[in-house]
Amino acid sequence: MAEPDLDQRDDAAPRGRTVTATDIRFDTVANERAVDGLSSAGSYRARPAGKWLMRIIMLTYLTFLLILPVGLVFWRTFERGIAPVIEALTTPEALHALQVTAIVAGCAVVLNTIFGIIASFLLVRHEFPGKRVLDKLIDLPLAVSPVVVGLALILVYGRNSTVGGWLGDEGIDIIYALPGMIMATCFVSLPLMVREVAPILEEIGDEQEQAAATLGASPFQIFRRVTLPAIRWGVAYGIILTLARSLGEFGAVAVVSGRVVGETQTLTLFVDQNFENFDKPAAYSAAFLLAFLAIAALLLMNIFRPKEH
Amino acid sequence: MLSPPEPAPAATSRPPVHRKRRRPSTGIELGLATLYLSFLVFIPLGAVVWQSTQNGWSGFWEDISSPEAASTLKLTIVASFVVAIINAFMGTLIAWVLVRDSFPGKRIIDTIIDLPFALPTIVAGLVLVTLYGPQSPLHVTLAYTQPGVVAALLFVTLPFVVRTVQPVLLELDQEMEAAAASLGAGRFTIFRRIILPNLVPAILAGTALSFARALSEYGATVLISGNLPFKTQVASVQIFSQIQNDNTTGAAAVSTVLLVVSLLVLVGLGMIQRWSVRRG
Repeated sequence: MAEPDLDQRDDAAPRGRTVTATDIRFDTVANERAVDGLSSAGSYRARPAGKWLMRIIMLTYLTFLLILPVGLVFWRTFERGIAPVIEALTTPEALHALQVTAIVAGCAVVLNTIFGIIASFLLVRHEFPGKRVLDKLIDLPLAVSPVVVGLALILVYGRNSTVGGWLGDEGIDIIYALPGMIMATCFVSLPLMVREVAPILEEIGDEQEQAAATLGASPFQIFRRVTLPAIRWGVAYGIILTLARSLGEFGAVAVVSGRVVGETQTLTLFVDQNFENFDKPAAYSAAFLLAFLAIAALLLMNIFRPKEH
Repeated sequence: MLSPPEPAPAATSRPPVHRKRRRPSTGIELGLATLYLSFLVFIPLGAVVWQSTQNGWSGFWEDISSPEAASTLKLTIVASFVVAIINAFMGTLIAWVLVRDSFPGKRIIDTIIDLPFALPTIVAGLVLVTLYGPQSPLHVTLAYTQPGVVAALLFVTLPFVVRTVQPVLLELDQEMEAAAASLGAGRFTIFRRIILPNLVPAILAGTALSFARALSEYGATVLISGNLPFKTQVASVQIFSQIQNDNTTGAAAVSTVLLVVSLLVLVGLGMIQRWSVRRG
């Protein structure tokens, strides 16, 4: 009776019931395979066929979604050389749009940098009721459609509202003017600085700040001499991100600007208007300028970020 | 600099350790931050919700169930859902290739993945309409069609899943995979039983983010969609034309629906994150 039983067990062994010779042999082979895979490529290798298939799927997807479209815009922009591009970007409308974009983005960066640093301090260094709610709500602007941002600002600060009407009587126009455009841009780029600075503040801790305080430094001195140098890279990334987002904001600004050519037209609105009016060279040139700035910001981030860590 | 450095009082009057988390300036800082957020974000968003119910609840319901608004909302949600699903697959695949594979040009690919985040949305729209528009050099015309809308949304949401899955994949302990292999697991089993469960929180988080972004996208879709009511008009574009027609109540109603869905997604995302922290 014992003999057939053992035989059966032997068959079932590779499933891991009892350790037998077959089992150990199997184990060794698998181990060698695994170790081989790990040591040679530093990773567990996929089969060549699967590897190539995944590479091809990825490259095809990226080619048609990203590389070809972006490449084609660059090609269309410089089809006739660089002279028409410069010409299209130096018309009075284009120069004015550039100026408006610079003003709006500049103000948004300054306001959000100040707010971002203060908010980061609050979220990392202080305890107060409602802190967790605030932490969540700061990300809210990222989830709101830019058009809804514009509508929201119009409802509160437009000429037909109480606040906007009162301000209008005082001679301050917010909607269809620069202040509204700056507010819209601040809204959409609000969380970027906080999300760069807060983690760094968390990481550096506050021992050095306390040491400075015990040595008699004022809060402002502590901030300028101790904290700011420690978070300066975070602030720099935050500024780059906020600037890139501000330069490129379209939907919210489109709603609150009223899109008056030569007055409240930003570069992104300039692209849209010229594309719809079939002035393709102007649209492509301005789009190229915006894309160039965005890519420059991206490369700056990529070059500097590894140094941090 | 302006005033001579204040001597001792600040230093001596403050017990250094115990008051670590309570500083005299908290009130001012908190007040400033709250004021800024309120005037910029909370009051305006509250006004949207308030305005949407100006004609009562029945008015709100009429505004969002009118044929145009309903078809717009349906297209937006369905398209965003399709985009989220495609992103979940393609994003994971791209992250996998970027982490586990190596080939010439991989670093360039890794960098350009972020391009859709960096590019202004109107440029993204222009870029896609140039290749897939009426004068497409590929003779593929997606302009003014629903697939065109999906393509535009795929463009702007490309980095979400890749960038949430990539770091998790990098950190993943490959000894687990080796152990599974040594116990005789096949490659598919290893992926399904070992790798995938570790990636699921990141994939879900990235997918939720891309869904929320797709819901709210305006700039990228405005050129390629052609704004055809009942066909390619997404919610943001519809809200925009309502504002232009001075129908702010109707615009606010559709906006409120978008806000609520986005908020639900954000809450869901928070739950995913807490869940993955508990697991991890």
